[in-house]
Amino acid sequence: MSWMKSLFVREYQLANRVGGGALIGVLFFLAVVTIFPFGVGPDMILLSRIGAAILWIGALLATLLGLDRLFQADREDGSLELLVMSGRSLELVVLIKCAAHWAATGLPLVLATPVLSLFVGLDFQSIVLVTLTLLVGAPALTLVGAVGAGVTVSMRRGGVLLSILVIPLAVPILIFGVSAATAGAIDSNNFLVPFLFLCALTLFGLVVGPLAAAAALRVSGE
Amino acid sequence: MVVSGAMNQLKLVCQGVACDRGGRRVLNHVDLEVGSGEALIVQGPNGVGKSSLLRVIAGLVATAKGSITLEGGMAERSVAEQSHYFGHLDALKPLQTVLENLSFWRSFFEPADFGDGKVRESMSELEALDTLGIAHTASLPAGYLSAGQRRRLSVARLLVVPRPIWLLDEPTSALDKASEEVLLGLIADHIHAGGLVVAATHLPLNLPNTKFLNLSPVTTESEHMFAGDDLDDYFDEPEQDED
Repeated sequence: MSWMKSLFVREYQLANRVGGGALIGVLFFLAVVTIFPFGVGPDMILLSRIGAAILWIGALLATLLGLDRLFQADREDGSLELLVMSGRSLELVVLIKCAAHWAATGLPLVLATPVLSLFVGLDFQSIVLVTLTLLVGAPALTLVGAVGAGVTVSMRRGGVLLSILVIPLAVPILIFGVSAATAGAIDSNNFLVPFLFLCALTLFGLVVGPLAAAAALRVSGE
Repeated sequence: MVVSGAMNQLKLVCQGVACDRGGRRVLNHVDLEVGSGEALIVQGPNGVGKSSLLRVIAGLVATAKGSITLEGGMAERSVAEQSHYFGHLDALKPLQTVLENLSFWRSFFEPADFGDGKVRESMSELEALDTLGIAHTASLPAGYLSAGQRRRLSVARLLVVPRPIWLLDEPTSALDKASEEVLLGLIADHIHAGGLVVAATHLPLNLPNTKFLNLSPVTTESEHMFAGDDLDDYFDEPEQDED
């Protein structure tokens, strides 16, 4: 068990030490969210209606921002080879790396959401719901992104391709996340079904993401 | 070289190994055997597949043909999981300190036994750094190390986690004469302790109990890499270097 802890601690430290990790992601999130009112115009009713969607798209883009380095940095310095032949389950290694990455960069996005919600004029109930759906759904974004990061690990400019690969896969997560947040704000009875689908997607990602990313990483040494 | 006890004899056997990289066959029909307490030095000109052979044994590149087994090893673990791979890359994180880097690999790598069913004692992080002469850098970020120091820190990983097979790719590159002597001494210690060493190099390495494997380029006409059919033709006689 101690190897899991040391891997988590190391990944968390590295994510935070490289280029300010959490802060960069949150600032990018802030930039995306603040640009929307300029484009949409000062229509508070419209903004608050699409506010949940804006926040979700902002969180999606901010998550994608740091994911291309998830495995690439390890590949470039030779750590990836050692991770593969360490005798530890590569699926678990991927899962722990995702958990550490999420704790370092995804969780700050969730924590920043209530503040950024004010920028798009959400009421209190909507703020709670958007934050809750992001807390549950953002890990799924990281896990799906890890698959893309594994597939593009050997590409020099894999970040763009990563986004192109991952955004279609993130569509279901986005649909259920935004519909849970917006439907819940209108009538709380409509909240549970899309929210449970969102939970299911995250659980699905927890299983499939590490399996697929580990499979991609195993052949990356070729 | 007498290896203590027939019980814990390990033998790394590669039979008819072939491997393709980038759609081109870089290794064809390579056979080799290395036992406990032996070193195999893989020789040959640049680009002949020395590194590929080590990467195949390390499980980083799939074999196109042939088999790689460790006789007497842990049945439930692959050969790669009982090996240390010391390649061109140092696997160091420049933002973590020397000690953090080494401690991580020590706790992360699963040790493997030498065929006797028990995990051996290994050096502590500080002992290993001291042996390699970089103990004074322990609290520095690894990014501040020189190329030779990074190399030595990378070697330290082999000392803090016991594993029987050492796969060394140009182990003495970037090392000065003194560090090279230290490294060769450590490799010799590993051999005397019943370990197996496979080293790819174009420089002569003075190691005890050495066999040689000369790789030659894969030609499209010949299916076999070597002229002879018998394994003995592939190896020079082991140099007995008893001390």
